[in-house]
Amino acid sequence: MKKIIENIDGINIDRRTLLKGAALGLAGTALPLDKADASFWDAFFQKHFREMTEKDLKKVLERLEKEYEEKHKKAVKVGAEKALPDVLFGYGLDLSRCIGCRRCVYACVEENNQSLDPQVQWISVLRFKKGDKWMDLENSEKYYNPQQVPEPGYFYMPVQCQQCENPPCVKACPTRATWKEPDGIVVIDYNWCIGCRYCMAACPYGARRFNWGEPKRPPEKINPNTHYLGNRPRYRGVVEKCTFCIQRTRNGRYPACVEICPVGARKFGNLLDPESEIRYAIEHKRVFRLKEDLNTNPKFYYFFAYGK
Amino acid sequence: MDKRKTLKVLITAFCLIVLSLFFSSVSDSAEYVIPKKFTTPPPPFTPGIFPCSQCHQGMPADKKPRKLEQMHQEITLRHMPDGWCFDCHNADNRDKLRLANGKLISFGESYYLCGQCHGTVLRDWKAGLHGKRTGQWNGEKEYRLCVHCHWPHEPAFKPLTPMPPPVKPSDIK
Repeated sequence: MKKIIENIDGINIDRRTLLKGAALGLAGTALPLDKADASFWDAFFQKHFREMTEKDLKKVLERLEKEYEEKHKKAVKVGAEKALPDVLFGYGLDLSRCIGCRRCVYACVEENNQSLDPQVQWISVLRFKKGDKWMDLENSEKYYNPQQVPEPGYFYMPVQCQQCENPPCVKACPTRATWKEPDGIVVIDYNWCIGCRYCMAACPYGARRFNWGEPKRPPEKINPNTHYLGNRPRYRGVVEKCTFCIQRTRNGRYPACVEICPVGARKFGNLLDPESEIRYAIEHKRVFRLKEDLNTNPKFYYFFAYGK
Repeated sequence: MDKRKTLKVLITAFCLIVLSLFFSSVSDSAEYVIPKKFTTPPPPFTPGIFPCSQCHQGMPADKKPRKLEQMHQEITLRHMPDGWCFDCHNADNRDKLRLANGKLISFGESYYLCGQCHGTVLRDWKAGLHGKRTGQWNGEKEYRLCVHCHWPHEPAFKPLTPMPPPVKPSDIK
């Protein structure tokens, strides 16, 4: 039996219809109806990156380029190069060479359009005391600032996204805004990220960064060669991280950090190519991966080339 | 029928032997060449100093180890104990370097010279592990010569000024 409430106007509405109507009305107020321009609604109804057709993708990239040009007053090319076939990217870092000069940190910021204020950096260089308890991450120093490096008695270990084969961050994401690409790079779609930061809690390497404020970067410092899944300008409230410079490496180039390193401690290549320098390092040097016991299976190999 | 078969087998065997001899001789002659998958920038000479023969031409070579007084005094050799110019430089043709076996090499191939003592490093360098690489991970790479990072007369890598540390969370306004 429906409970009919008769009001003074004589309109008969049952309880369920009233509640439904109220819910719809409330939901309607949440919609940003004041935004009249079409690009906003295109963004609102944008498909998931991996479900887009070539046509959808082209439209999205064009829209983003237009948006960025308006916002940053600079022409920005947004690419979406696909993973190369038979490629699995691997990274090597020679701890016996790294001098902790932080050139890589700033080359990365330049290349990948990180926010300058508030400061966002994807690479953290940790300093450890030599001969101390090995790899005591809790007691490592991130803010060291001597006149010159290397300092006697210390060694340095840069940490960035380890591009796990079994990435815990991907499992944690409730919106599937982050995933592992076929060439092994873990990427983020900044338009799907809702900023819940579950991935940051899940990452055992502290590799992910959050845009707490509106990312600020002067137009002359914006690198206009970008990739949808990489260094395109970000928004407030999204997570970002190292992508092995996806915009460079998918075009055959070395990542920016590899090219800047003054001591040549950073190595990069295709793990499936037996001739690559990363394979040489794994096959001939003493290699370890960070927090191997967590079964994340990183593709970032620390090694010691100088061993006597 | 049987005879023909044996003949066939013999001919094939002969061909194989000849072929293998041919290939082994080829690989023997290629022993000295390092396959070049890379390019190197020109050596970092002090401007105007090369070719060395522009001054040394016609100058008699004094091969006795001594303290240099007229030229090159700024060079202090902190590389190996009791080292001397002509351990690496060639006395008779100054535009060349000289290996221990007497072979002359150009300044652009100085890695052979360094590799005489630092063999394991040369091996890693050729494999792309020691030293800096730029270019394409799947194509043309540019290597650096040893002397681009290690000043040969004092090869230890010089300390650098580090870039500023990240902002501490407590300093973010």
